[in-house]
Amino acid sequence: MGEVIATRAAYGKALVKFADQNPDLVVLDADLASATMTNGFAKAYPERFFDMGIAESDMVGFAAGLATCGKIPFVNSFAMFSAGRAWEQVRNSVAYPGLNVKVVGSHGGLSVGEDGATHQCIEDFSNMRVIPGMMVLCPCDGNEMEAAVAALLAHKGPAYMRLGRLAVETVTDSIPGYHFELGKGVELQDGKDVSIIATGMMVQEALKAAQILKEQGTSARVIDMHTIKPLDEALVLKAAKETGCIVTSEEHNVLGGLGAAVAEYLSENCPVPVVRHGVMDEFGRSGKAPLVMKAYHLTAEGIVEKVKKALAMKK
Amino acid sequence: MNEKRAKELAATAAKIRLAALEAVHTAASGHIGGSLSVSDILAVLYFEKMRIQPENPQDPERDRFVLSKGHCSPALYATLALRGYFPKEDLKLFRSIEGHMSGHAEMHHVKGVDMSTGSLGQGLSVAGGMALAGKIDQKSYRVYAVMGDGEIEEGQIWEAGMAAAKYKLDNLCGIIDVNGLQIDGATADVMPSEPLDKKWEAFGWNVIKVDGHDVAAIADALDAAEQCKGKPTMILAKTTKGKGVSYMENNAGWHGKAPNDEQYETGKAELEAILKGLEG
Repeated sequence: MGEVIATRAAYGKALVKFADQNPDLVVLDADLASATMTNGFAKAYPERFFDMGIAESDMVGFAAGLATCGKIPFVNSFAMFSAGRAWEQVRNSVAYPGLNVKVVGSHGGLSVGEDGATHQCIEDFSNMRVIPGMMVLCPCDGNEMEAAVAALLAHKGPAYMRLGRLAVETVTDSIPGYHFELGKGVELQDGKDVSIIATGMMVQEALKAAQILKEQGTSARVIDMHTIKPLDEALVLKAAKETGCIVTSEEHNVLGGLGAAVAEYLSENCPVPVVRHGVMDEFGRSGKAPLVMKAYHLTAEGIVEKVKKALAMKK
Repeated sequence: MNEKRAKELAATAAKIRLAALEAVHTAASGHIGGSLSVSDILAVLYFEKMRIQPENPQDPERDRFVLSKGHCSPALYATLALRGYFPKEDLKLFRSIEGHMSGHAEMHHVKGVDMSTGSLGQGLSVAGGMALAGKIDQKSYRVYAVMGDGEIEEGQIWEAGMAAAKYKLDNLCGIIDVNGLQIDGATADVMPSEPLDKKWEAFGWNVIKVDGHDVAAIADALDAAEQCKGKPTMILAKTTKGKGVSYMENNAGWHGKAPNDEQYETGKAELEAILKGLEG
């Protein structure tokens, strides 16, 4: 079993790890540094850390200005605020001018738990994906998160990345030949009957679902789609052709996110059954995170149900 | 500033107004009212105060300018053309699908524009970020941001106000073009924002009030802003919306409307008379 660590914790460590080799990296936060875990960077590099207060719109604007002067700003808040409250600033002051700002949304999805619906962002992939030129990422574990931070530092241009609150098992470090590249999904395990394309912490659930399905005689391919935009179309196409049906899984509204991206692409290029697993267009609610996830069927069992539907449609 | 130089700058402002009016008339679309109110400020910034080289528009050491009220691009584009960033001919393609002179200020296709703007309330934050980068890198450049007095109804302006004071951005100078009008009418009626001086002082800024059509006074205010250390400066420039074209002056209806041919000729003649008076 791999290390159990939240992607937000791995992100915070990665910022510190890569700070010296990236002197232009600056980190901005909006009074949530201990939650977004930029506080480690703040302590180690106080002259490159800026707490902008509870003012996400202004934070994004400052980041845009910093980027015009060659800095690489990572702006941080909860996904609800960096991809929600500040959406129009991200759209007009960052993405339209194509500035090198990395917008980071921590505490994405329902796994925020007790804080409830106002803080459970299930719209960030969608919000960010519809902005032209915006890259959208959601790494699944600590290992992948560190690689994603390194890749984002090397990539010039606007991007959004979601971090999760909960500690999750590291799964990508045990994949032979695992290699992280922006815009390229990773086939974690092969299968021939169905492909489960998952992102974020649903990747771990997809792997568990594949195990359950295996015991039931179904061979499921599992794809870790850490980059939602640009979508790895070649990998999606290959999966559609080779397995004949697709289940997407995300801790996000089924509208507008990974499932939508996959369905949009396949409907125009290789129509096969695509069943979307995610939040069924409803708000979240308070509760202990695992129980909230269970209540909304964001579990391996939930994925298995969707796989059965996809297999039935395939026939 | 001696009288001769002041006359030269006032004449430059008149040329900016003429070029902006022509661009809006040619496009049959665009924001002329606020372009005419901000022209003297732009003339002093680009022809007197800012350390810039039009032949090297991306010079990292240059002073920066953010037109937060990005709809007044006709005045900014006219200023940049007159300053030599690109041929004045290019203004003919303002707002045209044939060119890249976007309706709101655009940084990638229009040489000399330091930030794309248009959505109100965002420019002071961006200028703050530029100023902060200057502080981090210990550079000596200054950053200027022009806002409208209607625009500052946006809450983000005040967020930026707090942040710039927190980080002691004395290399940042905001200028509010206080022309008293916005689309729906008088700013005092739509959303009263006075007393602006007390508000900005309370936000920790150095505040200077100036006649926004007196080029010498504007230059003095910009000098005073540069002398002020430890906090950012906000210049409150009292202006007349539509300045220089009699029928547009103090008329909210000319916020975003283009003159017809007859109106254009009248306005052009009035501005040419002003220019002749200054150059004659």
